[in-house]
Order: sequence, then C-alpha cells, then structure tokens
Amino acid sequence: MQTSLTQAMALTYRGDLVLAFRRWEQIAQPVVFFTMVTTLVPLALSPELGELREIAGGVLWIAALLAALLGLEFMYRADHADGTLEQMLLSGQPLAWLVLPKTAAHWTASGLPLVLVSPLLAISLGVPTDALWTLMISLALGTGILSALGAIGAALTLGLRRGSVLLSLLVLPLAMPALIFGARAVDMAIHGEVARGPLLLLGAMFVLSLTLSPVAVSAALRISQE
Amino acid sequence: MNLAEFLGMGGYAVYVWPSFGLTLILLIHNVRAARRYHASAREQAMRRIDSSRKQP
Amino acid sequence: MNWTWFHKLASPPHFYRLAGRMTPWFGWPAFLLIAVGLYGGLVLAPPDYQQGDAFRIVYVHAPSAWMSMFVYATMATASAIGLVWRIKLAHAVAAAAAPIGAWFAFAALTTGSLWGKPMWGTWWVWDARLTSELILLFLYLGFIALRASIDDRGRADRACAVLAIVGVINLPIIHYSVNWWNTLHQGSTVTKFDKPSMPFDMLWPLLAMLLGFTLYFGAVLLTRLRGEVIRRERDASWLREELAR
Repeated sequence: MQTSLTQAMALTYRGDLVLAFRRWEQIAQPVVFFTMVTTLVPLALSPELGELREIAGGVLWIAALLAALLGLEFMYRADHADGTLEQMLLSGQPLAWLVLPKTAAHWTASGLPLVLVSPLLAISLGVPTDALWTLMISLALGTGILSALGAIGAALTLGLRRGSVLLSLLVLPLAMPALIFGARAVDMAIHGEVARGPLLLLGAMFVLSLTLSPVAVSAALRISQE
Repeated sequence: MNLAEFLGMGGYAVYVWPSFGLTLILLIHNVRAARRYHASAREQAMRRIDSSRKQP
Repeated sequence: MNWTWFHKLASPPHFYRLAGRMTPWFGWPAFLLIAVGLYGGLVLAPPDYQQGDAFRIVYVHAPSAWMSMFVYATMATASAIGLVWRIKLAHAVAAAAAPIGAWFAFAALTTGSLWGKPMWGTWWVWDARLTSELILLFLYLGFIALRASIDDRGRADRACAVLAIVGVINLPIIHYSVNWWNTLHQGSTVTKFDKPSMPFDMLWPLLAMLLGFTLYFGAVLLTRLRGEVIRRERDASWLREELAR
C-alpha cells in the first residue's frame, strides 16, 4: 500500500515529536538556557525594574534566539547517523514536503517551550501584563522563522566537525531582520502601543521563510548526503 | 595649494589618509594574494606532474 | 545563434588560457582609472561646503561599498549557474570572488567609520547602511567558513552555492528592515548622504574610481580563478601541456 504524502508528513511529524519527548534534556536545555541568560541581565546591568523594562524586549528576544539556536544542530543529526535521512531521500516522496513536518516538529519541541516560558521571564524583567500577548506572538513567529532558517543551516552543516559553531555563524545574519522587528514589537507593547506594523512584518517573514526554506533544505540535504 | 595644506586635508588628515592608505593596502594585498594563489597552484601541480613522471 | 563560444568558456583549459590573456586588459585600465580617480579626488576636486576635505573619503568608501555588493551578486549568480547547469567553473568563480568581496566590505566599513567620526562624532553608528554592510560581511565570512569546513570539493561547492543564494534573497530584506529600524529608532541627526546632484568636478573622480574598482575586481578574479582552475584540475592531462609551456 502506497503511503500518501500527507500520511508521510503526519508520520514524520509524530515520529519526530515522540523521539524529541523521549529525550527530555534536549527540550529542557533551551528553556534553561533562556532562563539563565535572562537572569544574567539584571545581575550584570541593574536590578531596577524600571530600567529593565526599557531593554526587556531586546533581552528576551536575544535570549530566545540564542536558546533556539542550541537545538538546531540536532535537527538532522540523528536521522543522518541512523540512515533515516537516506530513506527519506529515496522514499519517492517530494523531499521539500517531507522537510516541513520536521521543521514543525523541531519548533514544537524547541520553540514552543520558549514561547510558553517567556511570560514568566518577562514579568521578572518588569514587563507589564498587557504586553505579554504581543511578546508570545512575536516569539512564536520568531522561533518559527528561526526553525525554518535554522533548518537550512542544519542541513548545510550536516556531519561537519565544529558544525554547531558554523551553524550559528550562518543562521544569525539571516535571523537579524526578525530580531529587529520582534524586539521592536515587544518594546512598543511595553510602552502601551499596538505593535501592528512589526507583528505583520514578522508574520510576512514567517510565511516567506516557511515557504522558501523547504526548497533550500531539501537541496542542502541532497548535497550533504552524497 | 602647497604640500602642507594637502597633507593636512583641512584638519581631517587623521581620517582621510588612513582611509586611503587602508584601501590602497587592501587593493595591493588582493592582487598579491591572487598572484600567490595562482603561483602556488602551479607549483603544486608541477610537483605532482614531476613525481608522477618519476614513477614508472 | 552559435553558442559554441559559451560552451567553450566552461571548458577549463580554454578558460584558463583566455583568462590569462584577458587579465592585463582588465588590470592596466583599472590601474589607470584608479590613479586618475585618486588624483582627481584628492587634488582636483574642491573641498565640500559642509564637510571640507573629509568628504574625499567618499572616493574610497563608495567604490568599496559598491563592490562589496556587486561581488556578492556575482557570487550568487555564479552559484546559481553552477547549481542549475552543473558547471564547475561557475562554482570556482564564487569561491574566488568571496575573499575579494569580504575585503571590500571590510574596507567599506572601516572607511565609513573613519568618515563617520568627524561627521557624526562617533566611530560607529547603527546607521542602516553601516549595519546592513556589517551583516553583509558576516554573510561573506559564513560563506568562506562553510567552504573551509567541507573537505569534499563538490559538496563544498554546492553547499556554499545554496548558502550564497539564500543570502542574496536575504540581502534586500536585511537592508530594508534595518532601514525601517533606523527610521523607527531615528536619532537626532538625519544623515544626508544622498547625493542629489554632485557637481561634476566632484563626480567624475568618483565615476573613475567606481569603474576602476570594477575592472580591478575583474583582473583579480581572473587571476584567482586561474589558481582555482589548476587546483581543481590537478590530474587533468591538459594541465601538463599547459604548464610545460
């Protein structure tokens, strides 16, 4: 019986999630990192909530970005090691479509936890509760963009020594536009403004990266697998 | 305009001359690096050809 | 239309010889144009009404910045050609161009900083152009680092090609978003580097430098390319005959 594309995609997504949740440390690590980096700021700069509030948008976004970067190198590493990746390439299903659930699973296990934890950290930096929704939405879009872009980096650097450092070097410049608008959105919300502009732009970037990244990832995977 | 005025660049000498100097250094460096790249490639290739000729 | 000449270009021995013959035709005009441009910019052009003699930095800053972007576009185009038509020489072009472009970006940033200090009062300003130029340098460094990390040349070529293409898509996004950010966080000074109409005696040295730098890039690229071709064709028989000449 032939597996349809949607079945294959659903299986990939569920399979990846099951594997991810088996290894709790891999999900917990980015969250802990996120928390710790956010804690560094009041320790190093100032414990005054008034002052922290002014930089909270940027701090939360940078910390989330770096934390999300942590999990990127694992996206294809296990599949590459145990031959699953080869099977994916040989499966006859269009690779670009199979890549999408992998990116989604990565985001669910890595980006989503960060989004869920962010309100607590935000409050610790003096962010008013009115701004929390904007924060979560912006981070949801931002970590999504990072999963999509990071997948490209992960595919390109598959199996390379010092691959994780190189991965960060490659992905960060691509992520900078998202950082600019995401931090700006949170900043505006903190000051009581509706952050429609930056959020819409963030959404546009998200759609763009979601649609174009699978093409680049599948090309990169084929190249890495030779 | 005399030499002193020219070198002084209206007081901005410390900005203008390093700018031009750096750019010139980089221009020259890139030419030399490219030449060296080509030359070392030729050298290596010649050595390979020679060593493979020596082997029967 | 006879496309033989195009297909011959992709043949390494033919290209190697052609590149060797063409290099002086790029190199000498470049040298002349840059020399003339330097004289025109440093000596002949009158000092600027507002910026005095500091404005002369434009004669090295603008061409460097222009080249840093032109070279990246070249890299991305060559990469796309290499991926789509599987022409190895195209990948060699991208590989050879990268370090040159990176240096241009570095020059643009440093001369920009040296220009900024007397004009804005600080060595660095998160101006939209400076920031996106900095990110361009990061993209170059990433490309070079990726190439260095992959031992297999074929894989390195193709991986870097994907990276170059992704980067070029991102370039306008970066510039646009940084421009927006700069507008959103607009400081007190409005930088006025738009040249609505430069007087001709200030303009012509700039054009000379721009053209000179472009031809310079051609010459240096061709030289590097010859090195690349030899390294890639190490065991080819044409190489023996060529080097024996």
